[in-house]
Amino acid sequence: MTHTQKRIITNNIVMILSTLSAVIGIGFLFWILGVLVMNGVDALSMTIFMEEGAPPGYEESGLKHALIGQLIIVSVATLFGVPLGILAGTYLSEYGQKSKLAETIRDISDIMMSAPSIVIGAFVYAIVVVPMGHFSGWAGSIALTIIMLPIILRTTDDMLQLVPSTLREAAFALGAPKYKVITQVVYRGAKAGILTGILLGVARVAGETAPLLFTSFNDNFLNTDMMEPMASLTVTMYNYATSPYEDWQRLGWAAAFILSMFILSLNIIGRLLIMKRKGK
Amino acid sequence: MATIVDITEEKALEVKKFEFTYASADEPSIKKLDMPIAKNSITALIGPSGCGKTTLLRSFNRMHDLYPGNKYNGEILFKNRNILTSKEDLINLRIQIGMIFQKPTAFPMSIFDNVAYGMKLQGIKNKTELADRVEKALTDAAIWKEVKDRLKHDANGLSGGQQQRLCIARAIAVEPEVLLFDEPTSALDPISTAGIEELVVELKERVSIIIVTHNMQQAARVSDYTGFMYLGELIELGRTEELFVTPKEKLTEEYITGKFG
Repeated sequence: MTHTQKRIITNNIVMILSTLSAVIGIGFLFWILGVLVMNGVDALSMTIFMEEGAPPGYEESGLKHALIGQLIIVSVATLFGVPLGILAGTYLSEYGQKSKLAETIRDISDIMMSAPSIVIGAFVYAIVVVPMGHFSGWAGSIALTIIMLPIILRTTDDMLQLVPSTLREAAFALGAPKYKVITQVVYRGAKAGILTGILLGVARVAGETAPLLFTSFNDNFLNTDMMEPMASLTVTMYNYATSPYEDWQRLGWAAAFILSMFILSLNIIGRLLIMKRKGK
Repeated sequence: MATIVDITEEKALEVKKFEFTYASADEPSIKKLDMPIAKNSITALIGPSGCGKTTLLRSFNRMHDLYPGNKYNGEILFKNRNILTSKEDLINLRIQIGMIFQKPTAFPMSIFDNVAYGMKLQGIKNKTELADRVEKALTDAAIWKEVKDRLKHDANGLSGGQQQRLCIARAIAVEPEVLLFDEPTSALDPISTAGIEELVVELKERVSIIIVTHNMQQAARVSDYTGFMYLGELIELGRTEELFVTPKEKLTEEYITGKFG
């Protein structure tokens, strides 16, 4: 066998193996989505959005409490996580740069990004839930903020660093003070990237269950008081899906479907923004 | 010792015993350099890579201050004051001494906002005044006709040569007294280069210009004075036609005849 023939055969083997792996991976993804859509769409109805939780067997039971709870918990977490993350990322890229402190923050935030979310749940349980004496929406939002923070911080840092330094210099050369260089020129250059980071950060925390089990816990009825335990789609889904009642299980499917569609659309918007940036 | 021609014009800047050391270096990159810069004329800085010409250029608007640890010594006199002191108001200095970079640096905003940026920084808010001065700057930078119908468009949609002229418009809109050009045409095609060179020559009516270039023909074409730098020192500063035809220093002659560099 000649050298060329050998190379062609090796090439074909590797190509077939990698294509197969890709097909298996994508196959599972579509299988999951397929099952989700079939069961989820089937379980969807207007009642789900209009009614709160009810004991098994009741016709009028829905997910309104979990939807609104989820929205509140994630929104509050976003409200804290986004400005904190962007400001911290700005510090790293524009002020700290390669300093010891900045590098340490980068390392710690990388570690935090891969920390199991249940550990963060346990941490917030210890520092918020135990002193308060009960679960609360606040505790849930704090846990999600902590999970979101390193994602937004690192994307902001990375995206700001991608802005060419000549652009900063050009703004300085016109007599711009540093804060204006950052807010008026650098942020603009990194806008799409930072927005993508925010979307991916929100998408990531929106799907978290473990930290909420420890913090906001659950409530079968609509509650908008952040000081009290609060329902979320993820915890509700967990509870309903593991229950023995068929109508609760259907609600669990509906919750899974709504949540997945929400996260999927955030991700798609995020990717579109990246593509738009690259296309420029 | 360097051979420095007598400058008959008024001086825009005067460099005296200037030394510059980068944060990461032990040795100064510019050593005890003396150099006058004539007002309302074009001074070109030439020399092989690493000779310190860009380093010197970036000292005139204290660009090196953006990175910590860089050290200046000696004096650069501008309007009878040494701009290297720690008291120097860098914002004010950079308004008076503008800079054009090697690669076009259009900001990620509209063409109009790019040109208006420097003026807005100075607190000019009046819409008609802004519009008038943007038009004037773009006209002076010979790009008004090409962009007047798309002032609201993203500046990054312009070609490289257009962007560079936009950057020049942005710099002259704030009416600086000195303009520093750091190899402004090295990223451009020959036609755009010719356009920028023509523009630079026109601008000297109003501003004093220092231009760093790797291209000796460019220096010969546009400048009134040429300074040849080598290893952090100014070897010779002369009237351009004299320096290129009858250089006084042997090193200058060897460089312009292509014996090294």
